[in-house]
Amino acid sequence: MDDGRNDIELDALYRDTVLDHFRSPRGHKTLDRIDLTRDGYNPVCGDRITMSVKLSDNAVEDVAVNCKGCVISVASASMLAELLPGKSREEALRLADAFKRMMHGHPPPPGLDIGDLDALDGVKNFPVRVKCALLAWMTLIDALEEAEKKGDAPDRSTTTE
Amino acid sequence: MSTTTTVPVRTATPIPPKREIASTREDFPILKRMIHGSPIVYLDSAATTQKPEAVINALVDYYHQTNANVHRGLYALAAQATDKYEGARAKVAKFIGAAETEEIVFTRNTTESINLVAQSWGSRNLKSGDEILVSEMEHHSNLVPWFLLAKRTGAVVRHIPILDDGTLDLSKWNERFTNRARLVALTHVSNVLGTINPIAEIAERVHKHGALLLVDGAQGVPHMPVNVATLGADFVAFSAHKMLGPTGVGVLWGRRELLESMDPFLGGGDMIRTVSMTDATWNDSPWKFEAGTPNIADVIGFGAAIDYLESIGMNEVRRHEIELTEYALEKMHAVDELEIHGPADSLVRAGVISFNHSDIHPHDLSTYLDRKGVAIRAGHHCAQPLMERLGQNATARASFYIYNNREDIDTLIDALQSAGRFFGRR
Repeated sequence: MDDGRNDIELDALYRDTVLDHFRSPRGHKTLDRIDLTRDGYNPVCGDRITMSVKLSDNAVEDVAVNCKGCVISVASASMLAELLPGKSREEALRLADAFKRMMHGHPPPPGLDIGDLDALDGVKNFPVRVKCALLAWMTLIDALEEAEKKGDAPDRSTTTE
Repeated sequence: MSTTTTVPVRTATPIPPKREIASTREDFPILKRMIHGSPIVYLDSAATTQKPEAVINALVDYYHQTNANVHRGLYALAAQATDKYEGARAKVAKFIGAAETEEIVFTRNTTESINLVAQSWGSRNLKSGDEILVSEMEHHSNLVPWFLLAKRTGAVVRHIPILDDGTLDLSKWNERFTNRARLVALTHVSNVLGTINPIAEIAERVHKHGALLLVDGAQGVPHMPVNVATLGADFVAFSAHKMLGPTGVGVLWGRRELLESMDPFLGGGDMIRTVSMTDATWNDSPWKFEAGTPNIADVIGFGAAIDYLESIGMNEVRRHEIELTEYALEKMHAVDELEIHGPADSLVRAGVISFNHSDIHPHDLSTYLDRKGVAIRAGHHCAQPLMERLGQNATARASFYIYNNREDIDTLIDALQSAGRFFGRR
């Protein structure tokens, strides 16, 4: 049997780095000032995220995320919280786009620092789990784009559908 | 808490099985498949069941031998197709003990059957302030049609809560069932908790006040003997695909006089008697509710599924599920990390077990189990209000049918234990 191959793919999905982010999620905190806030929801599985962003000079100064869900969605949100502080809006959106493409099998552009996101590369072999990995990032994109359009914090929520 | 149901008790197997249930596994070609290199362990029959060879053959035979449109052609093929289609209706009627074959309406699924009642009965009979009573354990398909109806008519949807053990809190009945209640829409068996609701007892309460009772039978009719003559409901909705039949066929059973009094559901061919350029008159029920060419092949396949179930006997189907559920509950209770939802007594629950692992999210569990060949469901099971009540975003769910056996449960338990080691590694 190819049980060995299954174990290899499971190991590649649930890497130690991923489990570490799941067990100790970064960004689980309260910000002293909130400029953007948005809820994300995956209606298929019930995973939920609340994201708050503190901005300064068109850049992300800090991010707080609270994600209730599976290993993949929580780890991805945690990696987002670790990566984002200090990034400009454009850099944040470029990162989100690269990660989306990564989940569909395209490697990130050379030179782009994707931090621990590399450890989520195995998700692409589990197509039904790609939405889990993208929940935090779709929420981020919607928060940033909505804010850009309206110039203030939106109150709508993101879904993966 | 009363446990009055139409379900036979453990000892009540007056009719011996017509054939050994253990042998049925051989009849399901899909169960010979390997998934990710392991023999498939299919534990998601509450979502849809697998199909025996006899049902698959009925579909193929129909297209090979009998395909023609029904109720129209005057030639031999059309007459044979009509006989088979209407013959399946008669099989369904007999299977659930309907007084008349004309009480069986074919729809696409349970959801459409419930929507049919909401539309055709509800729009005519409900007015602003009238009440529809549902329960906290309903599937979305037995909630949303009533919300839509309430929006159209100004009616109000109220609900009966559940107790911590997963049974209905009937102590709240008098408070929630007011004299404005016109309809109670209740599931026979919870698709999450497995709870079997005491339909006969509830029917008595409902009818005393002149209201009607619709039963969502999607998880009931496939799994135990259900006789509409004694069940006490006014409408019962269920699906072929959850009882070995093809997808795309649902049933609405309704008492004849109710169906007769209702407006058509969809307009089109077959449901009319006469049509002029400005108006139309309706066919009799059930054809009044079956506009357009029906799902002929799949209805005929459903007839074969009913033949198959009757060759085993529904008492035997139920007995097998009680036995398997007791075995699974015992094994699962022995795994410390598992929280099992729903009633502890297998006599008031069907073969549906929802659970949460203290350290593993249902989706991670499902992905892991899949790689071991075990198919379980993870998610909110289209019952978000119930998830709220359970305090969970999602649960894992294993559900059984005639082709499952103790080895399937053993494989599930082994996989749950190895999942615990996999995700718990440091």
